[in-house]
Amino acid sequence: MSNNNNNSQVSKEHLAYLKKIKHRRIAIRVTQIAILVVFLAIWETAARLKWIDAFITSQPTRIWATLVRLHLNGELYRHISVTIFETIIGFTLGTLIGTFIAIILWWSDFLSKVTDPYLVVLNSLPKVALGPIIIVWIGAGPLSIIVMALLVSIIVTVIGVLNGFLEVSPDKIKLLKTFGATKMQVLTKVVLPASIPTIISALKINVGMSWVGVIVGEFLVSKAGLGYLAVYGGQVFQLDLVMTSVVILMVAAALMYQGVAWLEKRYMKGRRSE
Amino acid sequence: MSEEYIVALDHVSLNYHSLEGETPALKDICLNVSRGEFIGIVGPSGCGKTTILSLIAGLIRPTSGHVYVNGREVEGPSSLVGYMLQQDHLFDWRSIRQNVLLGLEIQGKLNEDTIARADRLLETYGLGDFKNHYPKQLSGGMRQRVALIRTLAVNPEVLLLDEPFSALDYQTRLALSDDVANIIKREEKTALLVTHDISEAISLSNRVLVLSKRPGTIKSSYNIYLSGQNRNPTELRKAPEFREYFNLIWKELDVHVQ
Repeated sequence: MSNNNNNSQVSKEHLAYLKKIKHRRIAIRVTQIAILVVFLAIWETAARLKWIDAFITSQPTRIWATLVRLHLNGELYRHISVTIFETIIGFTLGTLIGTFIAIILWWSDFLSKVTDPYLVVLNSLPKVALGPIIIVWIGAGPLSIIVMALLVSIIVTVIGVLNGFLEVSPDKIKLLKTFGATKMQVLTKVVLPASIPTIISALKINVGMSWVGVIVGEFLVSKAGLGYLAVYGGQVFQLDLVMTSVVILMVAAALMYQGVAWLEKRYMKGRRSE
Repeated sequence: MSEEYIVALDHVSLNYHSLEGETPALKDICLNVSRGEFIGIVGPSGCGKTTILSLIAGLIRPTSGHVYVNGREVEGPSSLVGYMLQQDHLFDWRSIRQNVLLGLEIQGKLNEDTIARADRLLETYGLGDFKNHYPKQLSGGMRQRVALIRTLAVNPEVLLLDEPFSALDYQTRLALSDDVANIIKREEKTALLVTHDISEAISLSNRVLVLSKRPGTIKSSYNIYLSGQNRNPTELRKAPEFREYFNLIWKELDVHVQ
């Protein structure tokens, strides 16, 4: 501030600098949009001129028409809400139960050491392989799908959050102990609050994981949902339907991820200053 | 054990255990500290200086011997003893005031009186305006002062200072050691300071203990008298006796670069 002129005028050099930054930002955004537009245009043109078989590849206008049709008969919202509901439940449960297990393992070093090889094996196991078992045990229904989403996200959460807990500086814990803190106080006063950034990044990973779990679950058992729509579309050879559900999925997953990113930003901001 | 001494170590020894074997860390330490004394402890790295503080704080038990604070044997952390670490370890997610209240919160002593006392400490030592700031907004020296007030807020009799200035740059370090010395004197606390810095130990303490290499024993003890009107530690460094003490302790430490 003190280096600036008295009348708080910004120097020409600085203006040029700001302009350059702004131009660059605009250029990036324009290119991003252009890629999408060009891609859609080529797809559409290729389909119309019969360079590609629109029956197999679908085409943007057909996807749009399918969207409108699903919107008009209300099917669209039923499928979206089923899938989003399953994802949110799976994702929330995965995070909560995963964090809870991480707390238990933090609490008992013995348990943590004992379970270590099991966690490693479970983590490397593709959880999708458990699908058939879940269906037999729980039955073909939304519950199976939620359990699938839960399984996919829970082990990653346990490992990620536990590592976050263990990274809390031993001196911070020593400080609390010099005040005579109990283990519970060490957990609530320092370990948990210090690990919130770790937990939020686990949340971010879990959003993606839960989508995988839910869609795989829907492929296997469901009667509704975007995963079901895609599989059904494939079975009856309606590629329009498949492509439409993929597009909706992309948008929904991106929105959910942005939601968590927004939460993170808000939290970090609140933590830095007032 | 009489209450004549606020801190007393009676033939204290401590061994550390690891898979590689047993390491004697402290051997036969005897130390009596009177109320209001400021004790400096110097010694080569790894000689068990910090271990002495951990014993007094009740974080660890001696292998043999006894540790007394205020005439009672130490069995665990108590509110009689406050501990100040090398780093301030202020919690980023708490405001300065909330950080200062941490100890009271843990000891279940949060009430109007104690909160008022903590606020008064912040005011008295120039941090009143920063109460609602967050640690990231403060300089290193200020943060370490907040850490001291956090320790004082639970009103301990004895302060254990574990190289509290070593993470700071030289100027801040001098200024802060003046501050801390004055605060401790005004609040009438007893202090034990562990440090690598011989000058710091001499200028702050009434008595300097020199520890030997591991296993740590008390090699020698110097009562410090520095002449001068201005009792600020930085000014006391100019006292004519200062150099003599420095040379004596330097020789005693027998430092060799290996």
